[in-house]
Amino acid sequence: MAETWKITLRVYRQKENQESHFDDFQMDVNPDEYVLDAVERAWAFHDRSICFRHACHHSTCGACGMRVNGVEKLTCITSIRDVTHNGATLKVEPLRNFPVVSDLAVDMGSFYRKMEAVGARPVLPVTEAEIENPPSKWDPDDSQYLRLSDCLECGLCMSACPIMATTPEYLGPAPLAAAQDQGLRRKPELLSIVDCEDGVWRCHSAFECTAVCPSFVDPGRRIMNLRTQVVDIKLRKLFGKA
Amino acid sequence: MDQTRNQPSARKFLSWFIPVGRQAGGWAFALSRVTAIGLTFYLFLHLYVLRLLALGPGHYDEFLALTENPIIKFGEWAVVAAVFLHGFNGIRVVLTSFGIGVTRQKQLFYVFMIAAVLVILIFTARMY
Repeated sequence: MAETWKITLRVYRQKENQESHFDDFQMDVNPDEYVLDAVERAWAFHDRSICFRHACHHSTCGACGMRVNGVEKLTCITSIRDVTHNGATLKVEPLRNFPVVSDLAVDMGSFYRKMEAVGARPVLPVTEAEIENPPSKWDPDDSQYLRLSDCLECGLCMSACPIMATTPEYLGPAPLAAAQDQGLRRKPELLSIVDCEDGVWRCHSAFECTAVCPSFVDPGRRIMNLRTQVVDIKLRKLFGKA
Repeated sequence: MDQTRNQPSARKFLSWFIPVGRQAGGWAFALSRVTAIGLTFYLFLHLYVLRLLALGPGHYDEFLALTENPIIKFGEWAVVAAVFLHGFNGIRVVLTSFGIGVTRQKQLFYVFMIAAVLVILIFTARMY
């Protein structure tokens, strides 16, 4: 028989031109269910006006990113057991650093525009992907095979980044990681986008992006690597070896 | 209200200093900001005190006598502690920025903070 927990789901509520507040919903849950299941249950059985984003339910679309007890999580793969305990409260809030559209739904438009500006690739040749245990030598024919990019564009990193909180113009972890993924030598036109005041140098090494990324993109490491790419290109230009 | 962009606010700025629910890098970020603000405040205080030199040796000696006050002495200790915490944390940032220890940034932070605390303890023993 499945284990049952009694929890209080505390949901951030904010409708247009209204003050924000929290609504509490008491519910019985299986602790191995996911946080998104609890939010959907609150919507289905308690309050049909709760607004939230969700789609695939298996960590591919990146739509259901929220703050769960203060930490950015992809709620479709975050089990209730991992973030609370029996009899406790489970608080869900919208992502930070995005305008709230309604309740848990935020406007991701500015983020998507930044991803577009750096030409983020939704799919990439398998030979260019960072994969575990790659073959020592790729067959040239393998470049015809594509794989999904690791980045889900869920925006968790943009929410966790402390710099994003105070500098909206900052490109942000995911777009910088997308630029690194392509490489400045392959895409030299990205240099002017990332080598600027609100680009790669704005990062202050908090590495919160890497900590919350549900897809192991490791934006913090990629931003540092992008810095070395920028320095490499500029040094080559300085010595006429570009 | 412009719904298309993130709006900075005083509350968001204050969130820099409340790293609850964050990991080591977030604490390092907060520590770096707190110590930097403290040291900047000290710089202005230092310049203000140095101006006493222009007023004559008597004024400066009068201030120096104040430094024996336990509160002022604690303030001096806090400045030195902030210098070491900020400086060692800064070395971590420089190393990771050059691609060194990026995947071990948490451990780097712990090692540098232990080193900073050791140096502060040595300084404390010598000061008191």
